[in-house]
Amino acid sequence: MKIAVCIKQVVTREWQLRVNEAKTWIRDQDASFELNEPDAYALEEALRLKEKHTGEVVVVSAGPARAAQVIREALARGADRAIHIESDALATADAVSVADAIASAIRDEKFDLVLTGLQSDDQGFGQVGVIVAEKLGMPHATIIMEVQAGDSGLRVKRELEGGWFQWISLPMPALLTIQSGINQLRYATLKGIMAAKKKEIRKVTPAQSAESTLRILSVHFPQKVKQTQMISGSAADAARQLVKHLRDDARVI
Amino acid sequence: MVLVVAEQRGGKLNRATWEAVAAAQSLADAVHVVVLGGAADAAASELAAADVAEVIIVDAPGVTDYTADGYVTALAALLAQQSPSLVLFPHTYQTRDFVPALAVRLGRALVTDVTAIKNTDGRTGYTHPVFQGKLSADVEASGSTPHLVTLQIGAFRGDAAKRGASAAPVKTIAVPVDAGSIRQKPEAPFQEARQAVDLSQAERIVSVGRGIKGQEHLKIAEELAKALGAEIAASRPICDAGWLAMDRQIGSSGQTVAPKLYVALGISGAIQHLVGMKGSRTIVAINKDPEAPIFEIADYGIAGDLFEVVPALIGELKK
Repeated sequence: MKIAVCIKQVVTREWQLRVNEAKTWIRDQDASFELNEPDAYALEEALRLKEKHTGEVVVVSAGPARAAQVIREALARGADRAIHIESDALATADAVSVADAIASAIRDEKFDLVLTGLQSDDQGFGQVGVIVAEKLGMPHATIIMEVQAGDSGLRVKRELEGGWFQWISLPMPALLTIQSGINQLRYATLKGIMAAKKKEIRKVTPAQSAESTLRILSVHFPQKVKQTQMISGSAADAARQLVKHLRDDARVI
Repeated sequence: MVLVVAEQRGGKLNRATWEAVAAAQSLADAVHVVVLGGAADAAASELAAADVAEVIIVDAPGVTDYTADGYVTALAALLAQQSPSLVLFPHTYQTRDFVPALAVRLGRALVTDVTAIKNTDGRTGYTHPVFQGKLSADVEASGSTPHLVTLQIGAFRGDAAKRGASAAPVKTIAVPVDAGSIRQKPEAPFQEARQAVDLSQAERIVSVGRGIKGQEHLKIAEELAKALGAEIAASRPICDAGWLAMDRQIGSSGQTVAPKLYVALGISGAIQHLVGMKGSRTIVAINKDPEAPIFEIADYGIAGDLFEVVPALIGELKK
């Protein structure tokens, strides 16, 4: 099975966000970066499918030169080779532009399966995977918790809301977006890190970028919307006051 | 005209649909609602009570059970007929599955997980969370209308949806969908855990965090939930530890809820948790640490020991 995994480099979750002067994005010049965590689950799922069915795992990333960091990491974890769509603009582009660049870069490779994470930790559109599928004319399924691959296609377990799930069958080639927590992640071994140095990273310049559908006007910290009423006193007093508020003011009990 | 795409399964309307109706009413005089899927009649008549121009049932052979291909094909055809200025959807797992493909099929801009819509100087800005809700971005959509917008659950008040003086007309529009062209073959939805509940539909929720300290203490939270008529839920660490089933988890990796009452016990309020519950109408936080971020979004806060306050609350509720 020939599998592509789309990965993204994002700022680390622990990094204290600062807004740039134009208030249009973050000041990420001095940020530290990491592999988008949901994509790590997609990569892991691809590696497990390869181990079971043989084949090849190719990681694909659209982003600036610095994205080589997460590409190397994915290769060290076991991916066979990589495609780096090198572009500064794509790091903050809308979902359609990113998906367009990815679809163009992988179309000729004829992958059997394309995996993405659920969404990115930065813009968090959760759209790129589905759009890549649409652009490549593949069927897709999202928020997947289990993948069964057979000769005739895939049977996958979709997570619905509220504890519901659903099995769906679809033919290959197909695209799946993988839910975080689907598997236990592996980490790169020293051997893997050494091996990664010899693996191919094909650099691709994005073709003419698609017309952007979204433009960021500004970014800001969310406003505090609520006036919190702190209730003091002994536990019994506080409980009495709270129940009174919930009954008479909020009227929710 | 603003079109709202309702979400229902087996005639049961997803409550987030009402939030989209309320948002649409605040934006336009003419609101049309479209319902797809098997047993759509029940959901359509429920929605006809809203102050809307009409409710449209899409009658197509391929949309009885949800599939991404079926919904994209049916809605692409319907939108071409209806030409609304804006299309609103609740931001659910289902819309996440098909709306991006629909937008591309139609060649229209899509903004997802929107928490506010602002009109200034004839320009529309959509607010949506970025960096896991640590920041909000205001974005502008370009290109031909209608733009497609999915609304974050809880961002708009469903109970603010205006009801009509009389029931809105319900009509059925047949849309050609070639059932053979649907590539996804769905099986029946199922619940993994026998007790699993749909927390997004719960009216009251008691949620526990690390402050509960041990599985053996869950009892008092469950007793409080019982006294309030509430469902029990938790933040991620509690479910990771296996103290409660994964389907009880609230937050970015779990469920998003917006009940009438949300009681947070020993939850500090990490952003990953807040994004899943901040739309709740009334939030009560009980936490030892008066600096805990949960207090920033709470309506009522008690900075105290939950092991003292919760039993007192149960006693008070039983009076």
